[in-house]
Amino acid sequence: MASKTSGNWKGWAQFAVAIAALIVLPFFLYPVFLAKVLCFALFAAAFNLLLGFAGLLSFGHAAFFGFSAYVSAHAAKEWGFTPELAILAGTVVAAFLGAVIGLLAIRRQGIYFAMVTLALAQMVFFICIQAPFTHGEDGIQGVPRGHFLGIVDLESNFAIYYFVLAVFLIGVMVIYRTVHSPFGQVLKSIRENEPRAISLGYDADRYKLMAFILSATIAGMAGSTKVLVFKLASLTDVAWQMSGEVVLMTILGGVGTMLGPIVGASIIVTMQNYLAEVGQLTLIIQGLVFMFCVLLFRRGIVGEIKHRWTQMRGGKDEPAHLSPGKATGETDGAPVTHG
Amino acid sequence: MIEFLGVPLPLFMGQLLIGLINGSFYAVLSLGLALIFGLLNIVNFAHGALYMVGAFVAYLLLQFIGIGYWPALILAPVIVAGLGMLIERFLLRPLHDLDHLYGLLLTFGLALVLEGTFRHFYGVSGMPYSIPDSLAGAQRLMVPTWLTGEDPVFMMALPNYRAWVIVASLIVCTATWILIERTKLGALMRAATEKPDLVRAFGVNVPALITLTYGLGVGLAAFAGVLAAPIYSVNPIMGSNIIIVVFAIVVIGGLGSIGGAIVSGFLLGVIEGITKVFYPEASNVVIFVVMAIVLIVRPAGLFGKGA
Repeated sequence: MASKTSGNWKGWAQFAVAIAALIVLPFFLYPVFLAKVLCFALFAAAFNLLLGFAGLLSFGHAAFFGFSAYVSAHAAKEWGFTPELAILAGTVVAAFLGAVIGLLAIRRQGIYFAMVTLALAQMVFFICIQAPFTHGEDGIQGVPRGHFLGIVDLESNFAIYYFVLAVFLIGVMVIYRTVHSPFGQVLKSIRENEPRAISLGYDADRYKLMAFILSATIAGMAGSTKVLVFKLASLTDVAWQMSGEVVLMTILGGVGTMLGPIVGASIIVTMQNYLAEVGQLTLIIQGLVFMFCVLLFRRGIVGEIKHRWTQMRGGKDEPAHLSPGKATGETDGAPVTHG
Repeated sequence: MIEFLGVPLPLFMGQLLIGLINGSFYAVLSLGLALIFGLLNIVNFAHGALYMVGAFVAYLLLQFIGIGYWPALILAPVIVAGLGMLIERFLLRPLHDLDHLYGLLLTFGLALVLEGTFRHFYGVSGMPYSIPDSLAGAQRLMVPTWLTGEDPVFMMALPNYRAWVIVASLIVCTATWILIERTKLGALMRAATEKPDLVRAFGVNVPALITLTYGLGVGLAAFAGVLAAPIYSVNPIMGSNIIIVVFAIVVIGGLGSIGGAIVSGFLLGVIEGITKVFYPEASNVVIFVVMAIVLIVRPAGLFGKGA
């Protein structure tokens, strides 16, 4: 990224300013709202790790977010886990779920990958409806926020905000390190040209699976953390609409940028807060924003700013769409034949 | 009472019938998806929403203009096909040269807008749409005497309308198959699927062909919607409920063949129905389980080719 080439101190300075802003923000805005934004920002960042850096569109990320939410809620409420252990439990379960769904989904590519993840996530949704521990339509209510490490009470809204901020920073650091590691570079090469990456000796499927599991794990971490903020795990978290929302947050903010999903999540969550009273309008507006982004605003907000910035400085430009020049649709489906 | 595999026969046959009916909807919907995928290379996420719109158009025609079931069965698909052609021309065509995931994302947004709009006006409870008088009533089906060798035994009650749904969807599936495989227009569509540039060089208006195909595909979805209206109530969320199942069926069958889409639609519907008899708890997930098994055993899908 730019910070690497133009001197590390600049990057660190930006980072320090961002942290300072996040620390003082709850004095100006409602902490629970901010904590919600951070949870969804982490969720979107995890999703973006897969779409933006591995080129895989998952339409089933609600399964990891929502199922982990149930696990961590159950652990905190029924088993009396401390908050950090409840989140750990949810995260570990998300990793396993990610491994199972990932193993199945990477057997198909492009559009089929999206459909397989959507269908498997719907299966998780139906399991959540029927499993007794999720309490069906009621969800798991009244989850205690508990004491961090058994000592620090998280009941106050300020305490939970700083706790969520810590989780968020850990998650984002993991994603940042992954993207900027040799592993992340291999992922990008697979995204750009899978056959070439394979011919260079990379086991593309293994890399894709690892990226999928990592993304699922962090999505699970976000879901588990959300439970402690709202003291609630419900079917909304695991429904397909949630998978769609995280896609929307990411493309609105900017696919393949570090900040994009965070910006996108902030906007969508804010919008939902203001539109909560008008019911179905949220759905319509989300759909319209979706269509607008896909038709006219494919770089997203952060992507567009970066694009303008590099253009102004006469730098090398990136095209305004995923995997340039390459159709990720499978070839097997093309011909309509006798059958 | 006769038992079949330890289950009362009427119960078994009843669930089999429900399976066949669901299978009819799955078949018509995945057929439309396969048609659209063939020429546009996108998966139409709005397919479920347009199925719902089809049912609503029939409902609104009846409410406001007094047009009944039979004319609506033709009119509603035509109206939705027209809407579909506008969608293709103005929303999907600009994305044609980009990654096909954008088509999926756009139609997802469109599905949200359509569902949200109808939910805004009609809520989620659903409107009743009555069965046409000519198809009211039911037939008592008996086990034929030559099978049991005794007096006829009651097998099942077959409501006339449900029999009609199965027949109608079979007719539409066959007609579509003939259109694609046996007519000049179908030959052009198949050719444009394989080599659009070459077909264009022969003077065929390929973009118009693509628009027409999208219209045909979503018209089929609307037809299924009108068929479904008297069975399930007309409901804004009926589309999103069914579309994910249809996606799983499409993954199982592969989008590459018209016949494959029809066969897997009926097959999975029947499997779902039979599961309801023997292990009701699993009936919601059985299609997804089958999909997972197919992905493990035959990743390209039952009727797919290559990876």
